[in-house]
This record gives sequence, structure tokens and C-alpha cells, in this order.
Amino acid sequence: MLTCKQASKLISQSFDRRLSWSNRLQLRLHLFICNACTRFKFQLNQLRAAVLHLRQDTENDSTIQLPSEAKARIASGINNVIESKQP
Amino acid sequence: MTQNVNDWLNEHGDYLYRFALARLRNPHQAEDAVQETMLAAIKGNSFEGESSARTWLTGILKHKIIDLQRKQIREQPLSDLVDLDATDTSMDDFFDQQGHWLEKPQAWEIPDNALEQKQFLAVLSKCIDKLPTKLAALFLMRDVHEIDNEKICKELEITATNAWVMLYRARMGLRKCLEMNWVMG
Repeated sequence: MLTCKQASKLISQSFDRRLSWSNRLQLRLHLFICNACTRFKFQLNQLRAAVLHLRQDTENDSTIQLPSEAKARIASGINNVIESKQP
Repeated sequence: MTQNVNDWLNEHGDYLYRFALARLRNPHQAEDAVQETMLAAIKGNSFEGESSARTWLTGILKHKIIDLQRKQIREQPLSDLVDLDATDTSMDDFFDQQGHWLEKPQAWEIPDNALEQKQFLAVLSKCIDKLPTKLAALFLMRDVHEIDNEKICKELEITATNAWVMLYRARMGLRKCLEMNWVMG
């Protein structure tokens, strides 16, 4: 029988790889009887959804712009490269 | 070509910056990523016009973001690496000797209400910023930039086990941080 500590590790790993058949079975049995780990799994799902939400919020926020100093610096970098390329 | 690249900067600069900022969460790094992308674009000269310029530039940017994250993770002091290989003592805060939860995970979820959702995401944002730099960088690579684990391990030259341990710690910490700082309405 898995401990909660072991189960929580497997739950986290299940986001990163396909668990082995025996791990999946062990985890399923544990989750069947353990509310705390079931809730932990739900939390990790929520966490994942939330960080993607956060990412989209930034991507879609048109008030966030490349600062003008940075833009100027990048433009002058571009021009330097082009000048150095010219014979 | 000059004209092209400068047009690209004007047309796509803000978009690329937001794309980078959403994944790196650091304005200076995001600026650097855009800069590196534009310079690579001009040096590479490989735009075929088959895809849109934006798609092409975004493809370059993705790699530049990974480069910056790799640097960030590799430049961490050695002690962090040693700690990583040690037994997972930092998990003692969460479990007792028998592997039972010391504090059972509490119920929270992403709010439906737009205002609460905004507040929730602000708390999450602070929690991410509180993570140790290295854990944060790996977490962002995996869960925000959605790079697959195999590629991450190759890029960072770490084992899959190391990656799992670090991601586990990051998620565990974030979950706890949300639990402590987000009070369900």
C-alpha cells in the first residue's frame, strides 16, 4: 500500500510522464480510500489550469508593451549588425 | 532586410514581449529574449515567407526563452545542486515519519467570478515569485511554457528523476502557498 507521501509524488509525476501500469494501479487503489490525496490531485489540476490562465492573461493584455527604451536599444542593435554586414 | 526587421520590431515587438513575459515573468529577461530573437532573425536570414513573420519570429523566441531559462538554472550556486541530490528532507514539512500528511490539503479552486479570479491569479503570481529561482525556472519551463519533460532534461542535462523531484517541490510549495494565502469566499 502506498503512503500519502509516495502517492503525492506519483500524482505529480503523472503530469510529466505516463506512469507504469503497476504505479497506476497502486495510485488508483490509494485514491479510492484517501480523501486527502484525492484533494491533492484536484489541487494540482487546478494549479495547472491557473498558471495557464495567468499566462494567457499576460499574452492577451494589450496594455503590456515592449518598453520604448528596449525597443530603441533593439533597433540600434539591429542597425549595428546590418552595418557590420555591409562590405 | 533592415526595413524588414525594423518593421517586424514595430509590428510584432509588443506581441513577442508579452509572449516572453508570460513565460519568463521577468521584464528584463523578456526584453533580452526579444532582442536575441530579432538579432537571430537578422543574422539567420532564413525567413522563407512560407509562414507569417509572426509565426516564424515566435518560433525563434521559444528557443531564446529556453536558452535564458537554462542559463538561469545553470548559474545557480552549486549548493543548490547538492541539495537537489540529497534526500528529500524539505518534504518533511508536509509528511510525518509514516508518510501521512501533516496537514491535509485544503479545498480551494479557481473562482468563477471574474473579480475573484483576478485576485486569485494575483495571489498565485506572488506565490510563483516566492519560489526559489531554480525551482521557479523549471516550473515555468514545464507547466507554463509546456516544454516536455524529456526535452527539459536534455536542455538542462539533468536526470528525469531530478526533474520530477524539483517539479514536485515546486508544485507542493505553490499548492501550500495558495492554501495559506487564498481564502475561499
